[in-house]
Amino acid sequence: MPAFFFHAVAAFLLLAIITIAATPLAAAQDAGASDPFYEQAKTLVDASLKDRRGIVEQLAASDDPRLIPLLRHLLEGDLYYSKEDGELLVVDGDTDAVTSWLTDEAVEIGKSDRKKITTNNQLRGLLRDLIARLQLTNDDATVRYNAVRQLLGEEDDDTTETIRELIASEDDRETRELMQVVLDFERLSKEEQVEDDLFQRLSRRLEPEVKNKLTAYAESASPAMASNAADALEKIDARVRFYGHIETIFFGLSLGSVLVLAAIGLAITFGVMGVINMAHGELIMLGAYTTWVIQQWMPSNVGAALLLSIPAAFLVAGFVGVLIERLVIRYLYGRPLETLLATFGISLILQQAVRTIFSPLNRSVVSPSWMSGTLEINSVLALTNNRLVIIGFCLAVFALLSLVMQRTRLGLEVRAVSQNRPMARAMGIRSERVDMLTFGLGSGVAGIAGVALSQLTNVGPNLGQGYIIDSFMVVVFGGVGNLWGTLVSGFTLGIANKFLEPWSGSVLAKILILVFIILFIQKRPRGLFPQKGRAVEA
Amino acid sequence: MTSLLRGDRGGWILFALVILLMVYIPIGNLALSADHPLYVSTYTVTLLGKYLCFALLALSLDLVWGYLGILSLGHGAFFALGGYAMGMYLMRQIGDRGVYGNPELPDFMVFLNWDALPWYWYGFDQFWFAMLMVVLVPGVLAFVFGALAFRSRVTGVYLSIMTQALTYALMLAFFRNEMGFGGNNGLTDFKDILGFDIQADSTRIGLFLASGFALLAGYLACRSIVTSRLGRVAVAVRDGEDRVRFLGYSVTKVKLAIFTFSAVLAGIAGALYVPQVGIINPGEFTPVKSIELVVWVALGGRATLYGAVLGAVTVNYLKTEFTGLMPEAWLFALGALFVLVTLFFPRGLAGFRLPWKSAK
Amino acid sequence: MKYLDSLREFMRPDRVFDVVYRPESAHVDIAQRDILYIEDLTVSFDGFRAINNLNLYIEAGELRCLIGPNGAGKTTLLDILTGKTKPDSGSAWFGRNIDLLRLKEPEIANLGIGRKFQKPTVFENHTVLVNLELAMFGGESVWSTWRGRISGEQNDRIGGVLEQIGLAEQRDVLAGSLSHGQKQWLEIGMLLMQSPILLLVDEPVAGMTHQEMDRTAELLRSLAGEHTVVVVEHDMEFVRSIADRVTVLHQGSVLAEGSMEAVQNNPEVVEVYLGE
Repeated sequence: MPAFFFHAVAAFLLLAIITIAATPLAAAQDAGASDPFYEQAKTLVDASLKDRRGIVEQLAASDDPRLIPLLRHLLEGDLYYSKEDGELLVVDGDTDAVTSWLTDEAVEIGKSDRKKITTNNQLRGLLRDLIARLQLTNDDATVRYNAVRQLLGEEDDDTTETIRELIASEDDRETRELMQVVLDFERLSKEEQVEDDLFQRLSRRLEPEVKNKLTAYAESASPAMASNAADALEKIDARVRFYGHIETIFFGLSLGSVLVLAAIGLAITFGVMGVINMAHGELIMLGAYTTWVIQQWMPSNVGAALLLSIPAAFLVAGFVGVLIERLVIRYLYGRPLETLLATFGISLILQQAVRTIFSPLNRSVVSPSWMSGTLEINSVLALTNNRLVIIGFCLAVFALLSLVMQRTRLGLEVRAVSQNRPMARAMGIRSERVDMLTFGLGSGVAGIAGVALSQLTNVGPNLGQGYIIDSFMVVVFGGVGNLWGTLVSGFTLGIANKFLEPWSGSVLAKILILVFIILFIQKRPRGLFPQKGRAVEA
Repeated sequence: MTSLLRGDRGGWILFALVILLMVYIPIGNLALSADHPLYVSTYTVTLLGKYLCFALLALSLDLVWGYLGILSLGHGAFFALGGYAMGMYLMRQIGDRGVYGNPELPDFMVFLNWDALPWYWYGFDQFWFAMLMVVLVPGVLAFVFGALAFRSRVTGVYLSIMTQALTYALMLAFFRNEMGFGGNNGLTDFKDILGFDIQADSTRIGLFLASGFALLAGYLACRSIVTSRLGRVAVAVRDGEDRVRFLGYSVTKVKLAIFTFSAVLAGIAGALYVPQVGIINPGEFTPVKSIELVVWVALGGRATLYGAVLGAVTVNYLKTEFTGLMPEAWLFALGALFVLVTLFFPRGLAGFRLPWKSAK
Repeated sequence: MKYLDSLREFMRPDRVFDVVYRPESAHVDIAQRDILYIEDLTVSFDGFRAINNLNLYIEAGELRCLIGPNGAGKTTLLDILTGKTKPDSGSAWFGRNIDLLRLKEPEIANLGIGRKFQKPTVFENHTVLVNLELAMFGGESVWSTWRGRISGEQNDRIGGVLEQIGLAEQRDVLAGSLSHGQKQWLEIGMLLMQSPILLLVDEPVAGMTHQEMDRTAELLRSLAGEHTVVVVEHDMEFVRSIADRVTVLHQGSVLAEGSMEAVQNNPEVVEVYLGE
């Protein structure tokens, strides 16, 4: 008795919930009245297995966008119906979550109150074939390509047959080639003897399925065929390795971009002006914090905040740089060691100031959506967007800076002052003002580097410390006073680092690079691209 | 000794003070009862012992920076290497008293599932061997690095940055567990040294006295260089390296000899420091530590040996006070110290007493 | 230190095998009258030829003046002779037996070639006495600079040179506080302490008063004969007052050579100095 009573209450409660939840659903049902596809789909519920075949074929004639998902649910056994009202339901195979097929909303329903729409082997074969055919005849070439790509390795006789029919009419080259792979797979499975051409074709593919297929084939085929397959596998491996190197170079370039960004401000202050600014890393840190603060102000618009951060970080870091120059460094020109010590003191103060103002904890800056995601070149090589953006950003900053140094009045004056201060002054250049602006420019660029870094690591008071030594290494390696040298050296070191990493580990790679630079400086004290002549001696 | 201190009033005062402390502190700590007004706590003994080690370290830096013009940002690394050599000896002395009770392997190696002692730990159970390494490891490193750098005439700021990169590389290396030096945590939990309990008051006094002796001996050694023709050549190198070369001296050899000796001094300071503080970890390699000691020398007054000692003790005393009262202000104070000393007191504290000697 | 030194010598790339290495004889061979042979010397910086196919011979014991307009390559020539700069091509021999281009600065200094720089470079934080002392012991090993003391005889020598350069009274004064002219003399004194065979003197009278110039002329003339002296100078009057022979450099090569009078009347020289 109590059990029955309990069930009755549960059923009542359920009914109540459904009634409440169904208020919008009811509206949808009204709309359903003028939805022939939906009506037709619902007939699946009461039909016999044999009838279901007919209904499916009828459905397939429709061009409704919900068609393929429906067929797929049916194929995978995810399609249920409610015993209560015959409503179509989709049950997630892993989580057992139930959603309404029509509205895509979650539905609360007990296991005993729903029933699967069953299929048999014959129907499933039909479904697979229909789905493949529908996708393979889609107007969009990408859809067709993806359909073949998904079939690969899971193809059966029906789908292979479909592909054989369609391949002649396929006009997209890549899709056609991939279709050929499916046909080649079939021949590998069924024929004793296959010609060399087939292996040649397969050896140009990078899909892991091809590798698996060939590996499996090599184990079971006759020795002659097996050696052909092994050759093809070797070629594939060689190409995978090649793309692996490309990927390493790409990682190296992106690390190199970070190094160049961090070092290029230093290349101006240290390289052109000869000022040792140990607080350079902290200027980078200020740029990163600027990004974080601006994002706090406009959390809803991440992308705009990031773009706004670039000029803002330039101004903040540049302003602090000018302050440092006016208050400290200008009294220390010509005394590089003292400059080093004083700016180191400033770096300590800046670090502690940030710790006091923002807390010593790391902050994380959100990346805008256009920086996430990847650019897929082929099955084994995918380039992440944020790295691509950083590389592009680095090159843009470099180009802009070169332009400033080569084409503007300020750049001309900076070069004049750095080459011969008394002469420049005699020509009417206000060298003090030039010093101030140059230092501000270098510092501002450090701030911009901070914006870029905030996208890659957490923003914290110690952010800058990690980059100061690397930055100096890049500038020294590239040759002091040479922006090009900085670019080349940053990229070189980045790539070298990434190539060393796989066999030495990242920390050891870093140490090896440092040791290499120390040794390199022995041989070429003036870096990769030294400045020559008399002026250097002074 | 007296001939070495001729004309060195600061040196005389330093000697008097250190010897006075070396007589008073043992009595004040061991002979007097804890409630006696002149009693010296063991904490104070250790603190003073630490200051003496720092003073020796500052001395070693002043020798190369003040007299030779090489601003080394790597002396913290030499100090730490000496410290690690001592630490390895102390680790081996723990024997089977560690947490895991392994008679052969230090705890951290057991923790990392190592089954044998790495080859470079061999011999460190012998005190004499460890002491040899305290001298050799920093010395050889300085010699090799110096030989490379000085031969190719890397000077000035370049050299400073190279020494900093060296320190940084060492720091990264010592942070790694695979290096076999205890990784992040370093070496600690020492039990005894030469059979004496490292926590005992009498051992502390012994270490304090050893540090005092080391400082005085180091001071005399530095004086013997500074007052000799070698010292005058060094100053000449500092002021005009090319000119010295044209006189026929081998600038490379002069620099190499003094730099190596200085690194050895720093290593000895580190070796004395470790048993007193009871730990050595990769934090000692951080570039900040090496630069911090530059400000000790700068504040004390470079090119005056007693100034380096004065600076080391002053800054560290301030640090002890600050970190006790308001820790977050210490970095502000240290940063300001860097800026103010370089801008306004380029000759340091010692410079105040020598206005008539200033050349420029 | 001795072992380290020999180790370093051993590691020198050009001396891997002792058999191959032929030590330079310490004594310069001047049996052929000339002490300096410079032939076909060329050096360029960034494409600019500072020295261009230069040929020059200096006789032992003479006082030779090198003159020429700015950028003629006078200072660069001295840089090459003292090992500071390596030329692109050509040869420079000291006597008949010593190839200067193969040696480093300290080795050249120890052979007996002393140089006085354009700007007086004395050690300003040392006294006059210490400056001379350092010059006297140039070439000593590190160990003996540390342990060495000055003997009475050496003290007398320093005293002699102090008299010669007229700075006996300023013996214990810091070199930094000397007048410009005094610094120049001190530097010549430092050269003399090295007992050089060849003295290279770069603009000794720049910025001097007339009296100082006269004393310098006197000093240099007294040195010739015993030493070979090469003076680079701009001041024509001073050159006339001291020179036996004058060589005019122009754009890195020799334009004219001879007595002051002959050179002054050479039309090419006149054009270089006055024309254009």
